[in-house]
Amino acid sequence: MKRTFPILAAVTALLLVFGTYQALVVAPTERTMGDVQRIFYYHVPSAWTAFCLFFLNLVASVIYLIRRNTSADALAVSAAETGVVFCTVVLVTGPLWARPVWGIWWTWDMRLTSTLVLWLIYVSYLLLRRFSDSAQTPVLAAVLAIFGALDVPLVYFSIWFFRTQHPQPVMGGGGSLDPRMLRVFLLNLAVFTLYGALLCWGRYRIEVMRRQVEETRALEALLDDGQAGSSPARSSR
Amino acid sequence: MTSIRFMWTAYAAVWIIHGTYIAALLRRYRRLQREMNSLPKS
Repeated sequence: MKRTFPILAAVTALLLVFGTYQALVVAPTERTMGDVQRIFYYHVPSAWTAFCLFFLNLVASVIYLIRRNTSADALAVSAAETGVVFCTVVLVTGPLWARPVWGIWWTWDMRLTSTLVLWLIYVSYLLLRRFSDSAQTPVLAAVLAIFGALDVPLVYFSIWFFRTQHPQPVMGGGGSLDPRMLRVFLLNLAVFTLYGALLCWGRYRIEVMRRQVEETRALEALLDDGQAGSSPARSSR
Repeated sequence: MTSIRFMWTAYAAVWIIHGTYIAALLRRYRRLQREMNSLPKS
């Protein structure tokens, strides 16, 4: 188990380098947009990975609400945090693509706005986890996670339900992509999914360690209090 | 800015975000490992 993580991390790093090389060098240049279209090879896989991690957060939160399983709670917070990182990438790369193509950095279009709302919901989730000391925090966070997850289908389907400036999806939406571009896109999609899973796993291990340290410290403090409470009684005898 | 500059900026931004996050995770991991080592074994 201890060796699996570094090996997987090294393999993922190599695959990320290979995926980037394919996106920057091998994939053909898009005729109308030019090189800026290559942002798509990072933007869409990042969005997909964020959605997967938010879905994992939802599943773990529901398991926590049903069974009060602390491992599920640790997984939920790990998935939310890594999901926010990928969602941040989406919100940064999107405007960098939009500026040369649309002529504007941002528009309050349904797809863009719902993605920003999604990011804000999960940032609030993380802030709640970070700054609330209440014993009810994991339950409240799990409920918030369910509301957050409701925004994911809204983000995904917004381009079908509303009039939007955002491009139509590459797959399942009638869009056509050069087979060479599709191959590079699918490679990056797979590599980013693996990378997201690996980051989430690493974060989960850190969360488990943090809880172990906190529990041991709490136990230590309890034992110290017990000893301090019993020593005056002994001395008074 | 030309189209290619936007592309390079986006790719650089992605790796700055991920690099910062990975560095933060490693810092947290090392701090927790130190704390775990300082805890009593029993």
